[in-house]
Amino acid sequence: MSEGYIKHQYEPILPQKDEWPVVKLSKNRKEFVRQVAEASKKAILEITGNNVDLLKEELETTLYREKLRMKQNPWAVDPDDEKDFWRKVKLVLVQTSSDSALTKTQKKKKYHEILEDITMRYAEEIASNFIHTHYKVTRRIVTFGFARLLNAARVKGIKSLFSNQYTLQDKIQIVGETDQIRELASKGTIVMVPTHFSNLDSILIGWIISVLGLPPFIYGAGLNLFNIGIFAYFMNALGAYKVDRRKKNLLYLETLKTYSSEAIQAGVHSLFFPGGTRSRSGMIEKKLKLGLLSTAVEAQRANYQKAKNDAGGKVFIVPVTINYHFVLEAPSLIQEYLTMTGQERYYAERDEFSTSYKISKFLVKFFTKGSDISVTIGKAMDVLGNYVDNAGNSFDRHGRKINTRDYFISNGAVTVDTQREEEYTNHLGRRIVEEFHLNNRVFSSHLVAFTAFQMIKQDNKKLDLYNLLRLPEEDIFIVYVEFREACQMVLDKIFELEAEGRLQVAPHLRQDIDSIISHGLDNVGMYHAKRPLIKNKNGNIETQDLSVLYFYHNRLIGYDLEKLF
Amino acid sequence: MTSRNSSKEKSIGVVGMGSFGTAIANILAEKSKVIAFARRSEVVDEINHKHQVEGLPIHPGIVGTFDPEFLCNSCDIIFFMVPSAAFQEVIRSFSPYLYPYHLVIHGTKGLCLDLPEGQTLEDVGKITRENILTMSEVILKETVAIRVGCLAGPNLARELYEGQPAATVVASKYNEVILEGQRLLRTDKFQVYGNSDIVGVELSGVLKNIIAIAAGALAGMGLGENAKGLLISRGMVELVYLGNALGGSVKSFIGLAGIGDLVATCNSTLSRNFTVGYRLAKGEKLEDIQASMEEVAEGINTIRLMKAFVEGTGMRAPITENLYKVLFEDLKIEEALQYLMKYPFSVDVDFL
Repeated sequence: MSEGYIKHQYEPILPQKDEWPVVKLSKNRKEFVRQVAEASKKAILEITGNNVDLLKEELETTLYREKLRMKQNPWAVDPDDEKDFWRKVKLVLVQTSSDSALTKTQKKKKYHEILEDITMRYAEEIASNFIHTHYKVTRRIVTFGFARLLNAARVKGIKSLFSNQYTLQDKIQIVGETDQIRELASKGTIVMVPTHFSNLDSILIGWIISVLGLPPFIYGAGLNLFNIGIFAYFMNALGAYKVDRRKKNLLYLETLKTYSSEAIQAGVHSLFFPGGTRSRSGMIEKKLKLGLLSTAVEAQRANYQKAKNDAGGKVFIVPVTINYHFVLEAPSLIQEYLTMTGQERYYAERDEFSTSYKISKFLVKFFTKGSDISVTIGKAMDVLGNYVDNAGNSFDRHGRKINTRDYFISNGAVTVDTQREEEYTNHLGRRIVEEFHLNNRVFSSHLVAFTAFQMIKQDNKKLDLYNLLRLPEEDIFIVYVEFREACQMVLDKIFELEAEGRLQVAPHLRQDIDSIISHGLDNVGMYHAKRPLIKNKNGNIETQDLSVLYFYHNRLIGYDLEKLF
Repeated sequence: MTSRNSSKEKSIGVVGMGSFGTAIANILAEKSKVIAFARRSEVVDEINHKHQVEGLPIHPGIVGTFDPEFLCNSCDIIFFMVPSAAFQEVIRSFSPYLYPYHLVIHGTKGLCLDLPEGQTLEDVGKITRENILTMSEVILKETVAIRVGCLAGPNLARELYEGQPAATVVASKYNEVILEGQRLLRTDKFQVYGNSDIVGVELSGVLKNIIAIAAGALAGMGLGENAKGLLISRGMVELVYLGNALGGSVKSFIGLAGIGDLVATCNSTLSRNFTVGYRLAKGEKLEDIQASMEEVAEGINTIRLMKAFVEGTGMRAPITENLYKVLFEDLKIEEALQYLMKYPFSVDVDFL
């Protein structure tokens, strides 16, 4: 077994399911949805400054966009009564604005009612459908299924067929602050923020949470994933709430944020992928989507307003870095990244996981060939990015104990200041990115991909990235001796960075350099039809797909390693 | 934890009672109770017993202290008005007593070099943006305070002290800090603008010191208003380029803290930076000038840092580079001027 990693049997921190925050939430689902709708309505009225004309405009915009969406981009998962609902909204809107018999107050009341209908509908749509029995079944399927596939490959005798979790942990290494997250989850509310590279992440994280003995988290999952029956079952069972990326109107976004904020305030552990979508470039997320993140800050402030000043009212941010040798979607992700000119809106959503067959095929491939995954649980922070100890106390950079509540105080009282909270969210976003980089675990595959790509770039200094990627693959090769030397140079630097605590290194990087290279070549993008890196007959290094090589190379961007070349 | 009473009548803290600090303390004292920190106990005694600083009368409501802890406990809002050379040290001494609820506004124009332990500018030669800290970045680095702002603008301390009309900019990422700054400082004779680009505002205040040295040199050579006009406009261009490279926005450089301050400084014969340039042009050596000045002219440090920064980026900053040669490499000031006259400026302004 790899050093620095101890397999663990974690006891559940809350053995009784009735104690699980998410179960409490689902029991009061109706009440909670109403509460979210109500709070969203209030927030939207505040944004429109209680101005009826502004509100009317927002309602009309929402209606217009929803009609457009239904026409241009319908999904299987969309409810049947959608058209009727919006037709009714339209009718009431038109009647209200044209009815001269109504007084201003009556009109205002009407608009408020429409707003209420819409937020209620959105809240209902977003809310998760956590069902405990489904959760139990799913957990068993995932654990047992994963383990079975794995054992088929590793043939460890008939007994191992029934030891599921332990064996799975050989493949999926959970490292980092696992004890801390367990401690804190039993005291306050956890907001877990993982890196996002693959559609597999959602299921993987769900499994990790259960292995760690934590009660289930709720998390936002793209509504498109609910298109597929089997995914919808898993997602619902794991406590996912639905995020519809087609809906960009104010009413929807506010309801979504309110849902998240209210759930955190209710003490439900929550999970966002702060990068928003999967990292298309393969780089660690640099810019985060701050919308959902801001709800953590908001919920923390709201808890202080409610005088929940102890650890019980505290929100803990836990960054999690996931590392793969291989990302199934890499070729299409990198293509999207390269064709995208920064206008995210204009690419069509595509799904490699579009059928259950494809997923099963991938899982079989994945588990029958050896490919490690590591999941690093980072140090927990408060919403301002200060590290916290196991008791939930925050500490500043000089190790002095501080009170997070103080960040929300002016003139001696906790105050609401959205502009301030926006800045705090920016700050938190930067801290999470820093932590992602610190917790990133370098694999042999990252090392060889990075080195090879940099050497190819070095040989073609005059080309810009796009021209470089257009080079015919068959013309490119790297002499092994030179490659070996360059890998050693990068590796030395990586160990230096590790000593400074700026990244982490997987145990398999502690072999001799030839073994590392061979391990890296075997693993980098191992299931792709075209391999990003191989050793040819003459023992030199070749690539079959430069773009995919670029994707895997990008994992080590952000450490100034380029400067070595 | 510190004791915090909820009464709105909390005092405002002013750290550093140099000429600018005293002027600001006086303005603040018109509306609020002020606690002023000075390091030397004689100054504190003078404040408390004679209501004076260096013999000049101050508002009688100002209370002096040399205890950082007392000041931090008594005040939620603190103005740091200390010279840049001492800034980091003073901030460090306050750091243990500052909490996240403190609003910190500084009025210091300077840059701080941030290199790995044991290295000096001479060792590294070139520096990058990461090695340069503005004063707000020093505060963020050394303390837990996060709601930070700065004061900048054409604020010649003597004129402020005399109550002549003037304006300042409070810059901060936090509206809250800007609003508090305006509420506390605004008077009939003192207008307060807000700006959210704190780094841009800080940089304009810092970089204009370079041009101030050049303005002094022009005056020392007895050159006229045309030359000064040329300098201010070319200086402005250089300021914008350097400032952009360091992360400030053009808007801030053409605002009050940028061009407003630049014009005021280039016309003021009182400023230390101007004096350095003036005496250089009169033929004095830098060491002699420095030896006879009580406080360091910030422009000299800024020129050193900017020269090292420019070399790392590959951009050009002709005024800064030539002043560097004059200050540290014995280039004659007349020759530097010659060089500037010959420098091929192809366009007048190309950043708007």
